[in-house]
Amino acid sequence: MAPLPSKYDKQASKYTLDRRIPGAFEGETVTRRRFMTGTAHGAGIVAAASFALPALGFAIGPIFKSTPHRWETAGPTDMFPDNNYVPVVITLVPGIGEVGKGTVYLRRKNPAIDTDPYDRDMPYIAITSRCAHLGCPVRWVDAAERFICPCHGGVYDLLGRRVGGPPVRPLDRFYTRVVDGYVQIGSRFSVNSELRRFSPRDPGETLDGIGQYLYPSRPSIRR
Amino acid sequence: MPKLPKLPAPPLPGPLQTPPPRPGEGNGKVGPLDHAANGGIAVVDWVDERTSLSGAARWMMFRKVPKGTNWFYTLGSATMFAFLNQAVTGVFLAMYYRPDVSGGAYESVRYITNDVFLGQFVRGMHKWGSTVMVVLVFLHMGRTFFFGAYKYPRELNWVIGVVLLILTMVMSFTGYLLPFDQRAYWATVVGVNINGTGPLVGPYLSDFLRGGAEFGSTTLSRFYAIHMLLVPGLIAGLIGAHLYLVAKLGTTAPPWSKAEKDVELRKSEA
Repeated sequence: MAPLPSKYDKQASKYTLDRRIPGAFEGETVTRRRFMTGTAHGAGIVAAASFALPALGFAIGPIFKSTPHRWETAGPTDMFPDNNYVPVVITLVPGIGEVGKGTVYLRRKNPAIDTDPYDRDMPYIAITSRCAHLGCPVRWVDAAERFICPCHGGVYDLLGRRVGGPPVRPLDRFYTRVVDGYVQIGSRFSVNSELRRFSPRDPGETLDGIGQYLYPSRPSIRR
Repeated sequence: MPKLPKLPAPPLPGPLQTPPPRPGEGNGKVGPLDHAANGGIAVVDWVDERTSLSGAARWMMFRKVPKGTNWFYTLGSATMFAFLNQAVTGVFLAMYYRPDVSGGAYESVRYITNDVFLGQFVRGMHKWGSTVMVVLVFLHMGRTFFFGAYKYPRELNWVIGVVLLILTMVMSFTGYLLPFDQRAYWATVVGVNINGTGPLVGPYLSDFLRGGAEFGSTTLSRFYAIHMLLVPGLIAGLIGAHLYLVAKLGTTAPPWSKAEKDVELRKSEA
């Protein structure tokens, strides 16, 4: 008599009947034990995913949400000369009170100074007070004709281009327009060292060379 | 009326019965202290009979340690107690703190510091305790490194320790924003922007931390949730794994202790 096939045999048949599994029936390939194990694991995965995935999406959702475009009125047009900056405090982030306010340095566009080809359509130059190094507040020092950052010594010239210290790109700017004799300040944008425009990056992200690819525009800042 | 026979007293529950004196113990009298001690033993026995916890406790507490174990080996426990201090004081600070960007957060911290009974003390314990914990983590790491205690088979415990170090840093970073004064705000602006300088993923990490492209109304509550819910749970769980591996693998002898020669071997060599 030939020996009975062992269920641990490598050459065992895929049919449970051939493997002599108790309760097997004709044509069955998946045992009931294996089916129940798979079902229980699958149900566990579905149950865990049903709370974990929405929670994860809830937490990382803001990454994909874009910021709406807003205009803030800065002041009457005759308030701003074309050779010096006037600081204006505007609301940059609405809804959070004092924390959402920030200083913007504003002057009228001067064709003798603003010779770069990128800002031709804007009547006023609005420069942020946020340092392009790590985001500290810079201030315009009239005597030195420089923007100077108190944190790590970043220095910028009249156009906001870096002349010293650790910043990796010029100071960011804002879109401007004139409505009924009042200057309005719109969204922020970043510039590279040639003052070419990019969507608003965070401080510390260079835009020269491969920088614009290492720090790409992303959904939360794209307009 | 005939005198009825007295009913037998119902049996007292075990712990309340007077135990017989142990052989060779005292004069047979049982005082109230003995009752108290026996009551305590009975409670422990009741729990142990249903959980078998005493075996686990013995396994954890009564381990063999190598000769030469010294005060440097207490730095890990010291770090854990610093964490427990942070956890306990943090829970009670959360009873008064409000993560409200439009002035409420700063006001609640001012209220804790100036008006709450012992508020300045508990907040001080939390604030200085965080520095103590960071210092102790680094001392503990240095001890492990210089004693060579990270080598086989303890590499995984070193890896867990590094994750705990990073989580401690996350706690320091997220906790720094919560007082919401000028220093907290600008330090966090700088810190988030340092995260953002990582190429490709950095800007997305900044968006995640701020909850958007700008430092907004949800940033503070995000930091608060990470600081008091997400990371403490991870740290507590990983400390458990860290301690389990310490008990499982044992501690190392200090590098300057020499292996003792077998007594029989020494005899045969002489």
